[in-house]
Amino acid sequence: MSRATAKGRAPVLDETDRALINMLQGDFPLVRNPFADVAVRLGIDQEEVIDRLQRLLDQRVLTRFGPMFQIERIGGAFCLAAIGVPEADFERVAAEVNAFAEVAHNYRRDHALNMWFVLATETPQGIAATARRIEIATGLPVFLFPKEREYFVEMKLEA
Amino acid sequence: MAAHRENPAPQDASNPGAASGVGCDEAIERRIIVATQGGLPLVPQPWDEVAREVGLPVDELLCRVRAMLERGVIRRIGVVPNHYAIGYTANGMSVWDVADECVDAVGEFIGALDAVTHCYRRPRRLPDWPYNLFAMVHGRSHDEVRQQISDIADRIAARFPGACRSREVLFSSAILKKTGLRISSAAGSVQERE
Repeated sequence: MSRATAKGRAPVLDETDRALINMLQGDFPLVRNPFADVAVRLGIDQEEVIDRLQRLLDQRVLTRFGPMFQIERIGGAFCLAAIGVPEADFERVAAEVNAFAEVAHNYRRDHALNMWFVLATETPQGIAATARRIEIATGLPVFLFPKEREYFVEMKLEA
Repeated sequence: MAAHRENPAPQDASNPGAASGVGCDEAIERRIIVATQGGLPLVPQPWDEVAREVGLPVDELLCRVRAMLERGVIRRIGVVPNHYAIGYTANGMSVWDVADECVDAVGEFIGALDAVTHCYRRPRRLPDWPYNLFAMVHGRSHDEVRQQISDIADRIAARFPGACRSREVLFSSAILKKTGLRISSAAGSVQERE
């Protein structure tokens, strides 16, 4: 199983790291001094909250800290897309696909369609246009799977 | 660090304060998105820094961010863990071929199950891709995720007999990129929709 790239480097998290991650998957306080609020809730000081977040981001335990947007709500679009990439070309195609700023996430998956990524564009028309540019860059067909309906989204995972 | 309120930046005329035209609000919201899509600054008063970059008083910025949360332009504010790093090493995209007439009912049903973190209806891509329902399941091993998906299949079969014709699970084996949204400017065209 080829999970080494994703696994392997997981750093050790202490209880406070886990509490911080769990707390901040909910809502970050919308106040002038939010880290001070978080610090009180965790029983540590503000500098430590900031230092821990910085370290968790540096270690890639966290991939982001900030607002998550639904670009559809102001006229943009998200779309799931997939490509079946010949194994020999995988690295090249991954580099080409990732070079597009519109590619927000990209995962390798075990399937004939082995590359799955999310396009985020400023307009709905941008999705098809970007997919076409990716097809030209990679020489491979891009399958688009636009969201027709969302039943549930809850990204919280207990750390 | 303690950056206090800043004057509106000399950007354009679309800085009329709180209650203004929709187009102006939208321009300001886009500026907020551009300023924060890469993440919030890790300083004691992060919103002050964002406010300075966007060119708004911090109190107005906070109001607007709150309004964006209420309208769902911002889904939430917080951290995104690399799920591998916090122990969720198995990331399974379960995909289901469900009869069109009950896909919404099945989607609502699956989405409400604890194991499922996201659930969407998407178009089939026949002949190769018959699946119209996608449900993400995260776990600490492939077997755990397979077990959860098999439980979901049993529940669907009990509740909606014959509705689900086939299913598959696609495990991720590497994160190739995870940067999130990147829009390029506050000035982009967002009006085509209406």
